[in-house]
Amino acid sequence: MTLEKYIKDLDYSVALEDDKSAMEWLSKYGSRFGQFIEGEFLFDKKAEVISVTNPSNSKVLAEIEVADKKVIDAAVAAARKAQESWSKTDGHSRAKVLYALGRLIQKHARIISVLETLDNGKPIRESRDADIPLAIRHFYHHAGWAQLQDTELRDHQSVGVIAQIIPWNFPFLMLAWKISPAIAMGNTVVIKPAESTPLTAMFFAQLCEEAGVPKGVINIINGAGNTGALLAAHEGVDKVAFTGSTAVGRAIRKSTAGQGKKLTLELGGKSAFVVFDDADLDSVVEGVVNAIWYNQGEVCCAGSRLLVQASVEDKLVYKIKKRMKTLRGGNSLDKSIDIGSLVSESQFKQVSSIVEKGLKHGGELFQCERLNPDANYYPPSIITDVDSSHPLVQEEIFGPVLVISSFRTQDEAIKLANNTRYGLSASVWSENINIAMDVAPKLIAGVVWINCHNKFDAACGFGGVKESGFGREGGKEGLYEYLKPIKLKHEKTKVKSSPPLNSSNEKTVPSKIDRTLKFYIGGKQTRPDAGGSAPTFNADGSIAAWVGIGNRKDIRNAVAAACKGRSWAKKSAHGRAQVLYFFAENLSVRRDEFVDRLVMTTGVSKSAAQGEFDTTISRIFTYAAWADKFDGAAHNAPYRGVTIALPEPIGVIGLIAPDEQPLLNAISLIAPAIAMGNTVVFIPGELNANIALELVSVLETSDIPAGVINIVTGEKSEMSKQLSGHGEVEAVWCWGEKEIIKEVEEISVENLKRTWCHENDDRNWLIKSEGEGPEFLRQATQVKNIWTPYGD
Amino acid sequence: MTTINTKSEIIRNPGVEFQQERFCNLKINLSAVEDRCAEYAKRRSIKKENQAAWLLKVISLIDLTTLSGDDTIARVRRLCRKALNPINEKTKGLLNLDKVNISTAAVCVYHEMLSAASPILKGTGVHLAAVSTGFPAGLSPLPLRIEEIKYSVEAGADEIDIVISRRHVLEGNWQELYDEVKMFREACGDAHLKTILATGELGNLTNIAKASVVCMMAGADFIKTSTGKEPTNATLPVSLVMIRMIREYYESTGYMVGFKPAGGISDTKTALQFMTLMQEELGRRWLEPDLFRFGASSLLGDIERQLDHFTSGYYSAAYRHPLA
Repeated sequence: MTLEKYIKDLDYSVALEDDKSAMEWLSKYGSRFGQFIEGEFLFDKKAEVISVTNPSNSKVLAEIEVADKKVIDAAVAAARKAQESWSKTDGHSRAKVLYALGRLIQKHARIISVLETLDNGKPIRESRDADIPLAIRHFYHHAGWAQLQDTELRDHQSVGVIAQIIPWNFPFLMLAWKISPAIAMGNTVVIKPAESTPLTAMFFAQLCEEAGVPKGVINIINGAGNTGALLAAHEGVDKVAFTGSTAVGRAIRKSTAGQGKKLTLELGGKSAFVVFDDADLDSVVEGVVNAIWYNQGEVCCAGSRLLVQASVEDKLVYKIKKRMKTLRGGNSLDKSIDIGSLVSESQFKQVSSIVEKGLKHGGELFQCERLNPDANYYPPSIITDVDSSHPLVQEEIFGPVLVISSFRTQDEAIKLANNTRYGLSASVWSENINIAMDVAPKLIAGVVWINCHNKFDAACGFGGVKESGFGREGGKEGLYEYLKPIKLKHEKTKVKSSPPLNSSNEKTVPSKIDRTLKFYIGGKQTRPDAGGSAPTFNADGSIAAWVGIGNRKDIRNAVAAACKGRSWAKKSAHGRAQVLYFFAENLSVRRDEFVDRLVMTTGVSKSAAQGEFDTTISRIFTYAAWADKFDGAAHNAPYRGVTIALPEPIGVIGLIAPDEQPLLNAISLIAPAIAMGNTVVFIPGELNANIALELVSVLETSDIPAGVINIVTGEKSEMSKQLSGHGEVEAVWCWGEKEIIKEVEEISVENLKRTWCHENDDRNWLIKSEGEGPEFLRQATQVKNIWTPYGD
Repeated sequence: MTTINTKSEIIRNPGVEFQQERFCNLKINLSAVEDRCAEYAKRRSIKKENQAAWLLKVISLIDLTTLSGDDTIARVRRLCRKALNPINEKTKGLLNLDKVNISTAAVCVYHEMLSAASPILKGTGVHLAAVSTGFPAGLSPLPLRIEEIKYSVEAGADEIDIVISRRHVLEGNWQELYDEVKMFREACGDAHLKTILATGELGNLTNIAKASVVCMMAGADFIKTSTGKEPTNATLPVSLVMIRMIREYYESTGYMVGFKPAGGISDTKTALQFMTLMQEELGRRWLEPDLFRFGASSLLGDIERQLDHFTSGYYSAAYRHPLA
């Protein structure tokens, strides 16, 4: 033995984690896995199988059976059967089950980490220090929510059977993110892990019995995209929660359209990493390592788009290149490495080909040496000399590849950062609190990190905006994705029978013109683009008024006006409240007139009309009151800092209203939306469309800035189609017939807007618990989590 | 006899002019630095032969130190002899290193102890360092502090560990700090200058970064964390910040400055974290005694026990190893 050579090199040891117990566990199951349904492992010799390989040496680890329609039926049926009793199980008992799962995972943390690394190719250090501990934390955290559900979420109930489809980049962690909140709130699940990384889910299945999970509460099925598609579209499922690519997210949105399912999508990203010239650049470099080389860059929120202030660009790029030389690649089980293997050969090929093709458009590539001879190891890479128009700056690469470009000013930094179809996360690096705290809220993303990147915790919501999806996981905001409001049963309100808006009515009805009501767009009364109008009728069949028939261009104009009105969100909450109060004051003066119109138009009794009017005034007061009270939260995550959960307006919301209670429903939709800072395009129900337009003269005198409220009348199917298809409309709330809802949900996939759809008569607007409250405010906002570490 | 150190001369840092822009905009983010420091031990593994090799290297980087009010001639002599023979012959034999000269880098004492140490260390290659300039507080009159350096050099010290005036940092008197260190450097002559920042008394990482830069500009051969007498000693975050400044200074001037963490490093695990930190941030060259030292007293004992474990497979008892 001579140590002299070792002394000369002072190198690190290859420290391979022992995989013996993991391999033994696999062989105990004959390296073949079927389905886990109603607490049993089910096998089918005749089933189609998929091989599961270790990407870092291409060796087959196991095979899984593909679940077909029959299997999925059985899994959903098992979940349905279990849901009834599980949802009635008291919170404390559910908490004990989640706690037991957390404990058991902790006990088996080592073998789960090794399995995860074997299956996925990520460094054992990451499985061991990040994925599994965070998964455990999710079970503990949500055990707490189960315990507190009775008191803290008493207005809500479980949704039912949840279909969950999870990706291959964090197989076990995503399982924990999905299952823990769902079962904590009394739902049951059918979950499908990715076909390339199902092994830790199978290990988890065998822990369920020991933890006391009742049979059928957690069901795990195996298979690829087809199985996932069948599961998502299954009619027995009440909600779908999906994490994965934006393309598949779109397909799921489409296939579930009109099924009345709740949906959360956590999709792709091209997250900006924004560096100002006063940042601690050496720390920024380590931030870059965490942002883009963590998990081989196979992270939906990877900081893959570096924007650096021009004055420090050269310096930072130099430092990053220098740092890249000390990154170590190697066997994923080696504890001394930073970068492991990509998840599969196909992923390796995809990353290689995106980069190769992209470089044809210019850009300078700098890569680490290929330290690892394994086929699926892609070297850490940066690409400089690229701008916003470059495909590699726009496309998600989902590998260890960072693009770098510069900005001149803070305003430009924000514009460039937001110049993407995605909106999952972003980080801002500055030692100046004024810059950091100003920029963070302006970055359009669900998560913003200040002077850090890729920090996660169960107490903090995670999820995107724009085409990165919708819904949150983690924190109280994440629980609502697995809850629905408890509603009182109400009697259906009567709707008069009169013909819908149609210009051909002109000919059939004797012309007894009362008035012609124009659209309200951008603070002005405007005529329809095509010039068409149609009568709306009173309850007695006489003409109430003529209203415009809107078309695509009218919607375009209204949306453009709503976009111009976006600065409404910057007005203080107090200021918005004052405007709402003033509006209520002005409207109340016209009580007698509106009561008469409601009686005439809708045919209700005078006292009913008075009730509707008075409730309308009260409702405006409700949202004026809420405007400055729908607070965010300061989440308690385990680090020195504070995570601020900020409810932010969605942006432009399309509101498609039902027919009944036309004055009250208009206000019930418009007021919460604008109270939270959104701007709206409101489409009144066809039958009583004149009532909402009568509000225009009140709006005009109430200091409501131009573009905040826009009203267009027309055929519901056409209007909703145009709104749902418009790329600048960020959300659509729709009350309508089943076909219209289906269409809205289908068309909304283009920019993945948030939809909130209901059948026409799903609520009585007069009742407070149905017609107003936080449910509306949550729909009018999305929570941004801003991570703010501190200390000097 | 060979040694375990790689020989290659470096140009001594002559210092540069006082330039405000080298440090005035520095701002260090504590949380980010701490996050990075939490990773060194987790991202890199040093086991078996590597560990033995790294530990032998650590020995060669130690400034074996005694800085107590009750130091005596006999105590210092014992320390010096231990510095010359840090591991026992048996272990050395088992490690196949009989023919390799292994000693610590230096012995570090108060001025009054130099006369005891000097005759023993002369010609051995083990340096003799004296703490100076009113160590540890550094608040004696400036002319006396300068004289103290000259006294020590005269008495045989070839390395001088000075303490900076913390008040200059806390009051933002950077020019004064620069001037003072420059005077100390001149007083040192050929002796190497280590500047102790006393980081535990500088308030925050940004001050530590700035003080590091000013000391290097003024001609420090080493920047050193602590006296061992402050409430907090050498921590990884403080060290990372100082090391980053050394790198930046090297990249802009071409001069290599050494780093010496001191105080509180008493076990092999901690020592290896510091070694990893240096290897990762500055590279292999900075793991030689002309650029890296550990100020330590009890660390050596723990290393001996680890090496014993490496050769025998069993953990040794402290009493089996000669006392320093």
